[in-house]
Amino acid sequence: MTDATAPSAPVSGDAEPSSLFTQTNRTKRRNAAEKRFKAYGLGAIGIGILSLVVLLVSILGNGLPAFKQTYVVMDVTLDESVLDPNGNRNPEDIAKVLTFGYTPIIRGAAQNLVREMGGEVEGLTDGMIGDMISKEAAGQLRRFVLANPDLIGTTQEFKFLANGRIDGFFKGRVTMESAQIDSNVSPEQLVAAERLAEAGHLTTSFNLGFLTAPDASDQRPEAAGLGVAIIGSVYMMLVVLALALPIGVAASIYLEEFAPKNWITDIIEVNISNLAAVPSIVFGILGLAIFINYAHLPQSAPIVGGLVLTLMTLPTIIISTRASLKSVPPSIKDAALGVGASKMQTVFHHVLPLAMPGILTGAIIGLAQALGETAPLLLIGMVAFVRDYPGAPPEGLFDPSTALPVQVYNWTQRSDPAFFERASGAIIVLLVLLVLMNLVAIILRRRFERRW
Amino acid sequence: MNDMRILERDVDTNTIKFAGRDVHVYYGETEAIKGIDVDIEDKTVTAFIGPSGCGKSTFLRCLNRMNDTIDVCRVTGKITLDGEDIYDRKVDPVQLRAKVGMVFQKPNPFPKSIYDNIAYGPRIHGLAKTKADLDDIVEQSLRRGAIWDEVKDRLDAPGTGLSGGQQQRLCIARAIATAPEVLLMDEPCSALDPIATAQVEELIDELRTNYSVVIVTHSMQQAARVSQKTAFFHLGDLVEFGPTNEIFTNPKDPRTESYITGRIG
Ligand SMILES: Nc1ncnc2c1ncn2[C@@H]1O[C@H](COP(=O)(O)OP(=O)(O)O)[C@@H](O)[C@H]1O
Ligand SMILES: [Mg+2]
Repeated sequence: MTDATAPSAPVSGDAEPSSLFTQTNRTKRRNAAEKRFKAYGLGAIGIGILSLVVLLVSILGNGLPAFKQTYVVMDVTLDESVLDPNGNRNPEDIAKVLTFGYTPIIRGAAQNLVREMGGEVEGLTDGMIGDMISKEAAGQLRRFVLANPDLIGTTQEFKFLANGRIDGFFKGRVTMESAQIDSNVSPEQLVAAERLAEAGHLTTSFNLGFLTAPDASDQRPEAAGLGVAIIGSVYMMLVVLALALPIGVAASIYLEEFAPKNWITDIIEVNISNLAAVPSIVFGILGLAIFINYAHLPQSAPIVGGLVLTLMTLPTIIISTRASLKSVPPSIKDAALGVGASKMQTVFHHVLPLAMPGILTGAIIGLAQALGETAPLLLIGMVAFVRDYPGAPPEGLFDPSTALPVQVYNWTQRSDPAFFERASGAIIVLLVLLVLMNLVAIILRRRFERRW
Repeated sequence: MNDMRILERDVDTNTIKFAGRDVHVYYGETEAIKGIDVDIEDKTVTAFIGPSGCGKSTFLRCLNRMNDTIDVCRVTGKITLDGEDIYDRKVDPVQLRAKVGMVFQKPNPFPKSIYDNIAYGPRIHGLAKTKADLDDIVEQSLRRGAIWDEVKDRLDAPGTGLSGGQQQRLCIARAIATAPEVLLMDEPCSALDPIATAQVEELIDELRTNYSVVIVTHSMQQAARVSQKTAFFHLGDLVEFGPTNEIFTNPKDPRTESYITGRIG
């Protein structure tokens, strides 16, 4: 640019006879500018890569432990007098014993185990030992008994979740010093846990529950999982895909290929671009007003979330679809019209297939955006604490559930640092899903583009 | 002009295919064609020549209503094909375009196989009942397009993978496949090298036995080589129209003469 405005060099002839081996000032300046520009570019890319690395390292560092969990392996005697007081193995009678009734059995078993294994730890009370096992264990045991009533009266080996603090101790989050001032855990418990670990009764293994289990209350971070959130997010993506893709593509085709170019279509065009820039929370308010308050769809339901995200994704899909329709060479349209194809045949036989890679890329970018969207979902109640899995679609779309990003938000709001670890773990899951979606986009694009 | 046509009739007795009467074409406010009367004969190659921007393509595109796809374009006057007004409200341009094939300036094969390029038109018009029929149409069209021998072993290969000249002949074959009565060609050789041009010109000459061919060309040599009738356009007017040899040897209008001798254009 600079050399264009610079006064033009004297025509060769007036200039001193020059050698190709020495650079003229002009060339030198041009080369220097080029070098500077390259350096800026490299710097920009470097900053980008550095931020990405820092982000990934911190998220992976914080979140990967969430995929592992500390378990206590121990024998539990399924005491008939407690679990089946009537002694008739009638499932209904057994079911009358609530989780509350199972707690003492587990606590007793834990106390036996610690006393046998570790000998005495000074100051370690029975209550403390019981607290080393997750409160989730009672529920787990009850489910097992209800499923296997015949085993009542026998002794079985179980693998229970350890309390979140004990788990934190093995992940380095909790130390003897921090335990001193922590009302939820004591150094004695940690000593006992160490002894249990030495004896092989305390193990750390992959935590499938993190991906499958529902959320858990504040007191038991060790049991909290993403099951409901993943299902909710998948359901919403299905709704978005089923609605936004056909509507968006149809709208784009109409606008691009059929609509007359006049002020009405101009206004529509401007508004679509504007909609793409509307803050997502506005769509949440819209969804709250229309879908919940007016249409009386249930709160916290994936269908409502999906509808709101559809509205949000539509402009993205329309804009990218129109761009890829525009990029199809007009000569192909001429060719099709020239052999007597109708406008619709031209679009569907020739334009659409050529635009497909771009449309799919746009759709998947839109979906990825929708997958990570939190704000509008908060407004339609998807932040609720949901323990029950939503049913199979289509009915399940109306059951309450949460979504991955909302779960992340939710967990970061809780006080126990164990939830922070889980929030980072949930972010990893979210990122993996996004990478998978992008992979699908790339594969689809390859497949469609392969056709010369 | 009239007496010229009488002379022509003596030579060969061709029926009129296209007749234009007082044709005006407007792009928005600008008038690109300013009232043209023209008769285009069957089984004849008619060349449109003239300087750039004089409206040759515009008029050519009126003949198969390709101008309909341009929003701002408006056509008045009357154009008939075999006596039927092609701008009549009852006429479906899709049907018209099956009868009046078009070949464009830049070869534009579909990004599909050679076979599918040819078969597309017959398929959408339902010209073939069976696969064998379709195969037959494809072979016939490719033979007429003088490209069969070059592609018969690779009908599944992409049409876009052929050389420029082959692509253009493929496009001609594609236009032939819908069994048209007229072929419109808009500078079909402008993107081709001399050898490919010669092949296409030869092909055009052969096509004359079956079709009425209208060709827009930049090159006067080409017009002289392939056409029997020549129309000279200038700034939206049809300045002169007559047998090619007369236009070139004995132009009536000074503008024609100066164009042919290279003074304008
Ligand atoms: N799509 C269009 N919109 C507006 N004006 C056009 C369009 N196509 C052609 N024109 C105008 O019409 C005139 C004739 O163009 P054209 O028929 O393409 O000329 P030629 O083919 O003889 O070179 C030119 O002045 C050109 O600018
Ligand atoms: Mg032209």
